[in-house]
Amino acid sequence: MSLRALDRKMLRDLINMRGQATAICLVMACGLATFVMSLVMLDSLERTLNAYYEGHRFPHVFAHMERAPMALRERIAAIPGVARVETRVVEQVTLDMPGLAEPAVGRLISIPERRRPELCRLYLRAGRYPERGGRREVLVSDAFADAHALRVGDRVRAILNGRLDELHVVGIALSPEYIYQIKPGDVLPDPLRFGVFWIPEPELAAAFDMEGAFNDVLCSLRAGGSAAEVITRLDRLIDPYGSLGAYDRDDQISHEFVTNEIRELKGTAVVAPIIFLFVAAFLLNVVISRLVTTQREQIAALKALGYGRREIGNHYLKLVGVILVVSVLLGGGAGLWMASGLTALYAQFFHFPVLEMHVEPRVLVLAAAVSGLAGYGATATAVRRAMRLPPAEAMRPAPPPVYRPTILERSGLQHLLSPAARMILRQLERRPLKAALSCLGIAMGAAVLVLGAFMEDAVDYAMELQFEVVQRHELTATFVDTRGPEALAEIRHLPGAGHVEPFRGVAVRLRAEHRSRRVGIMGLEPAGELFNVTDLDGKAIPLPDEGLVLSTKLGEILDVRVGDPVTVEVLEGKRAVRRMAVGALVSDFQGVSAYMNRRALNRVLDEGPRISGVFVDADPVAHATLFRRMKEMPMVAAVTLKDAALQSFRDTMGEMIMRMRAFNIGFAVIIAFGVVYNSARISLAERSRELATLRVIGFTRAEISMIQLGELAILTLLGIPLGLVIGFAFAWMTTNAFDTELFRIPLVVERSTYASAATVVLVAAAISGFVVRRMLDRLDLVAVLKSRE
Amino acid sequence: MTRDTGVEHPPARRPPAGADDGVVFEARDVRKVYHMGEVDVHALRGVDLDLSTGEFMVLLGPSGSGKSTLLNILGGLDVPTSGTVRYLGHDLTEDDDRALTRFRREHVGFVFQFYNLVPSLTARENVALVTEIARSPMRPDEALALVDLEDRLNHFPAQLSGGEQQRVAIARAIAKRPDVLLCDEPTGALDVETGVVVLEAIERANRELGTTTAVITHNAVIADMADRVVSLSGGLVSNVRLNETSVAARELKW
Repeated sequence: MSLRALDRKMLRDLINMRGQATAICLVMACGLATFVMSLVMLDSLERTLNAYYEGHRFPHVFAHMERAPMALRERIAAIPGVARVETRVVEQVTLDMPGLAEPAVGRLISIPERRRPELCRLYLRAGRYPERGGRREVLVSDAFADAHALRVGDRVRAILNGRLDELHVVGIALSPEYIYQIKPGDVLPDPLRFGVFWIPEPELAAAFDMEGAFNDVLCSLRAGGSAAEVITRLDRLIDPYGSLGAYDRDDQISHEFVTNEIRELKGTAVVAPIIFLFVAAFLLNVVISRLVTTQREQIAALKALGYGRREIGNHYLKLVGVILVVSVLLGGGAGLWMASGLTALYAQFFHFPVLEMHVEPRVLVLAAAVSGLAGYGATATAVRRAMRLPPAEAMRPAPPPVYRPTILERSGLQHLLSPAARMILRQLERRPLKAALSCLGIAMGAAVLVLGAFMEDAVDYAMELQFEVVQRHELTATFVDTRGPEALAEIRHLPGAGHVEPFRGVAVRLRAEHRSRRVGIMGLEPAGELFNVTDLDGKAIPLPDEGLVLSTKLGEILDVRVGDPVTVEVLEGKRAVRRMAVGALVSDFQGVSAYMNRRALNRVLDEGPRISGVFVDADPVAHATLFRRMKEMPMVAAVTLKDAALQSFRDTMGEMIMRMRAFNIGFAVIIAFGVVYNSARISLAERSRELATLRVIGFTRAEISMIQLGELAILTLLGIPLGLVIGFAFAWMTTNAFDTELFRIPLVVERSTYASAATVVLVAAAISGFVVRRMLDRLDLVAVLKSRE
Repeated sequence: MTRDTGVEHPPARRPPAGADDGVVFEARDVRKVYHMGEVDVHALRGVDLDLSTGEFMVLLGPSGSGKSTLLNILGGLDVPTSGTVRYLGHDLTEDDDRALTRFRREHVGFVFQFYNLVPSLTARENVALVTEIARSPMRPDEALALVDLEDRLNHFPAQLSGGEQQRVAIARAIAKRPDVLLCDEPTGALDVETGVVVLEAIERANRELGTTTAVITHNAVIADMADRVVSLSGGLVSNVRLNETSVAARELKW
């Protein structure tokens, strides 16, 4: 009998309130699980990223140009602040992959012979480095290799500079440059249709007439070196060679996606746990307050026996402690489990040599501290009340609670109310704060459901907008170089091609005062039908005859409004510099874009009716033939198929969304059930005597259930609409949190989302009601009446 | 009927009531005002009372006469609004909560009308609540044997009759070997037969352990057990009666 009697009491009290304690533990565990998961992933991702960047020398500054002489390399290396320089040849090629109707895009990157690259060193997953003099020996990125089940020894057909060739896979590699392997301009990685290959420099240079030259440069900085200064100096050096402008890590697409994910994890680590911990804290507060009230005579007796305030306080703190410890163990375990699942999911998106789940003990300590803070913060008042309870006073039965006629009754409507309805309303009005908090708790359940489903709504909406309203075409063909109108005619004459519209894309740097941004301007046909510039509501934004249409986000970055001038520095061709007005801003959800009337763009570029590619509308039956014919055209650099992009998006995002949705529903049900069940239990405890009396004087079970469940029903019915509103607010907060340059989430909540959230909460309430009803049916009238309240 | 409790006790001393020597409690002009919402309730209006070592005193009075308030103040559960209460010369009214807690823990055993057992603990564990914090307590089973409950050790309060519950409460009160035993309507919720059994247990604690005992009741019959009967009414001592011979509990009838 080593356990002290007071501790036994504590454990038995806990067993007695196991339903409520379990509900609290689960809600708190949900919060802690998201907290632990996010922090563990954050640590894992940051550590892995930093180690990878360091170990494989991820550069700080990047630049691409048309062709620069090798001699420039020395001058770049001499730029103050630059530590290391690597020059490369990077070329885009069309790949002919078996089993893929449309062509895939391959990016060929040169690797130096006889030495390892100074920067962007590769991690060899399988095979060996290409040998000198080997014919077309290449390393292939592991994402592409996995997608096509490529193995060492396999061959890949590619069109190199207009000539069909075969690449021999001798190894599978990863690069810190392509952790997130995405084709520029895409929203999601498509490893089937985009692959990276590394090939010895002499071979690539020979194939593309780049001997003694390079078109891509990487620089790392010395400690304390400024990326901005290096970029300025580097731009000055490479400007004459057709540079698209140097940029730093922030504009490196893979880095951008990885850091975006890290930022989102940071958001998740804060927002979700706050919601859950708030609800758990509220439940704890209610349950422990009630416990102290119920046990006031026991507390008084303990004090009479000689237990001091501190011992009484400790007694209740221990009880809360057990709930918290169980929550931390449960939440910590679930968090680690979710993190390991997420690690596996991340491995599909982020290509690291190894992405290991790294658990810092401090994360678990932090989780424990957070739960302690929430739990003890919520119960401090109740525990203090127990400690300060004057024993002599507590010995006497508590005075009857003060009830007043409710507003409804005072306003002369009392004749409308049955005694049962009056009991319900007076109870609610007597404890307005508690009623409000219960209502809020129920609302939180509905809100979390809305939040969870909203992401899916928003993504669905964005997809629909992008693929049905904005991109009305089926295919996009991009040309190797710009072409004249004859190219348009050529495509139009392909069998199966329907309506065809040209576009002109050009890389520019937009400047407004000291702010600048590298973007591509998309020149569209003014009355075009195949690509519509629309805002988030799907409303078409007509292209002005002159002037630019910018993403609202780009407007924010440059701090310009409609009518403001911007400087357009063209980064190719004659490298014109023009001042133009912002004609319109368009709120879109992906990337930062700039659009123009194509003819106006041609004028700005001081060129004829040149085009960079075409949008093609085609009969789905003719797709396959059209792809084949288009990828055989030497002038076509890449063809993308909308359906393929959509399918790949659904494949990759589908799993992620399904998982998130399952978690969210689970979480929301736990919250909704936890709150409703607790409210019902508490009010049953407070009312059992009253209800037993009513039974004794002749009320039926159904009638007393009405009184008891009526309160629950009112709280639930008030809580649901409130929850839908809060859910919308959460959704709004989420759209703000995700308002990055990469994505904006449209604030779209479908009616079905509201309906399903309300349904889940109602079902949770109904089940709780059923449980309470069963308890009422078993109410032992005599025992309840004999015991003193 | 004597029991070996394993520890030596001073023989029960029954000094003549009212003797100046061996005074345990000395209450002077004790007043207590409760503020109940908008009304002030004067529970005690200036009570003087002494309680001597080993004495068995009964406080008699109707509901609302202030007897519970007085008992709570003597036991350090409550503090008077004004006046002094000395315990062996020490002024309890000067004590803070911590000192009063220690006073209760070391010197006082309480028995309440509604037993106030912890429902989630067995009889033995309820007694252990006290023995675990007292300085030289009996073992819980010893204390329970003193109230003839040695075969109900592992029963929860809900499994015990009212009389048995009250005897557990008495065992819990005497297990610490208190200097004073304060009982507030110990038979108030019990029938005669059970009440007598409970009173016998209190009587034995007083006689065999020499515990100074004060019992509150509104039942005048019980007063015959006492050495001295103090009647309270309207918050004042209205009458003090010395019993030349006290009647044993088992002979009481009401």
